[in-house]
Amino acid sequence: MQTFDLEAEGLRALNSALHAQASTTNQTVWDVVNPKGSHAIAVGLDAPIEVNVKGSTGYYCAGMNKQATVHVHGSAGPGVAENMMSGTVVIEGDASQYAGATGHGGTLIIKGNASSRCGISMKGIDIVVHGNVGHMSAFMAQSGNLVVCGDAGDALGDSIYEARLFVRGSVKSLGADCIEKEMRPEHLEILADLLERGGCDAKPEEFKRYGSARTLYNFNIDNAY
Amino acid sequence: MCGIVGLFLKDKSLEPELGTMLTDMLITMTDRGPDSAGIAIYSEDSEANGKLTIQSDAADEAFSGLSEKLATAIGSPVTLRRKDTHAVLEMPAEKVSEARAALREIDSSIRVMSTGDILEIYKEVGLPKDVAARFEVAQMGGSHGIGHTRMATESAVTTMGAHPFNTGADQCLVHNGSLSNHNSLRRKLRREGVHIETENDSEVAAAYLTWKMQNGATLGEALESSLDDLDGFFTFVVGTKDGFGVVRDPIACKPAVMAETDQYVAFGSEYRALVNLPGIEDARVWEPEPATVYFWNH
Repeated sequence: MQTFDLEAEGLRALNSALHAQASTTNQTVWDVVNPKGSHAIAVGLDAPIEVNVKGSTGYYCAGMNKQATVHVHGSAGPGVAENMMSGTVVIEGDASQYAGATGHGGTLIIKGNASSRCGISMKGIDIVVHGNVGHMSAFMAQSGNLVVCGDAGDALGDSIYEARLFVRGSVKSLGADCIEKEMRPEHLEILADLLERGGCDAKPEEFKRYGSARTLYNFNIDNAY
Repeated sequence: MCGIVGLFLKDKSLEPELGTMLTDMLITMTDRGPDSAGIAIYSEDSEANGKLTIQSDAADEAFSGLSEKLATAIGSPVTLRRKDTHAVLEMPAEKVSEARAALREIDSSIRVMSTGDILEIYKEVGLPKDVAARFEVAQMGGSHGIGHTRMATESAVTTMGAHPFNTGADQCLVHNGSLSNHNSLRRKLRREGVHIETENDSEVAAAYLTWKMQNGATLGEALESSLDDLDGFFTFVVGTKDGFGVVRDPIACKPAVMAETDQYVAFGSEYRALVNLPGIEDARVWEPEPATVYFWNH
């Protein structure tokens, strides 16, 4: 295992070292100590390595992640796992706004609460939140799954396309064109898998499913160019 | 962008350290606002006197003999404690408004930064570390304080465009964000007779709160109504004589992190600003909800 003191060695050295790992590296586990809320920790990784951040992070932790597993033992600032392509990001604490924004793939697990705009414009990422999500979550979500074991704030799924939203608790309000949908057996199966991957002991039957009513302008074929 | 820090002490034994802790927090937020910096500090170090914090770009000349002139004008003793371009004038509390009027007669180039019993506001253009050093913020004690680092978007980089803004006796405001209806609101407030010095959007927010409170609203009510009347992005932190408050606009784009322990309540635009506070590892850390007014009082 490699231990990297971020305070002593600096961010650029950390990200360079992590970027230098090939897919066949033997240095598969990295502990990052003294993160102290720093920005852009473990951004742009592209190797099957495990990075354990021992504390809370600032903006954009684990952005653009590919293959790697990034585990934050604290809370994450705005834009964690933004535009993730693959791999896994786990936040032990809370996540600030726009967690998992525009993510194309991979899994983001938030064990605390996520604040506003969680999963905004998600494009295939799976996000599992053990707690609550704030307002405007899954805004313009295009693909992927958002699982919320707690409650969702205002305007959930506003202008949503094809992503699936599963919420166990209350939804303060649904955004434009977002509706509750029937939970069919195939959805329960997808949800069971997501809950297992996210380490949640919740039962799929306790959730409601939300998605697009497909009534906005762009869903009308007569408006196509 | 802009950065905000705030610290409200519950544990009196930390009070001598307030300035040191706030300075550290302020400098951490330099990346968010390198243009200017300011600090509002609440300290009951004097014997319940009235305080006027003043500023002059020609401080040597302006502050020379000022306390004597002012004492003659208001018929009470006045002390002057100079810090760089600023000075704190202390006098009996009931003489403060009279002294403020007299100052305009004595030297119209002197600007009033703050009035109150215990509040002092220091702000200047420059890097936060330089501003903090010029005013020796680290040496100041107190019960609570608010700091601001500015990245100007809506008006010029000047001393008077820096934060905090004094909104009333012992009250101040700092702002991260930008208001889009500040021009129309400024015209409206000026018609109501409110004095607004600059073209700065945050000064309009401060003047708005002052005006609301002059018309009978409490600070809490004024902050609530700001959610309806101010258009734009904002995270506000307001200081009062015995505490501080926080409010974010309903969209809540502008960041805010709070931490609370048995010893203090702290505010930072980013968690980074809080990492050196004592016991932060075990503090309750959370983000204030949008469109919700928070207050902590002694």
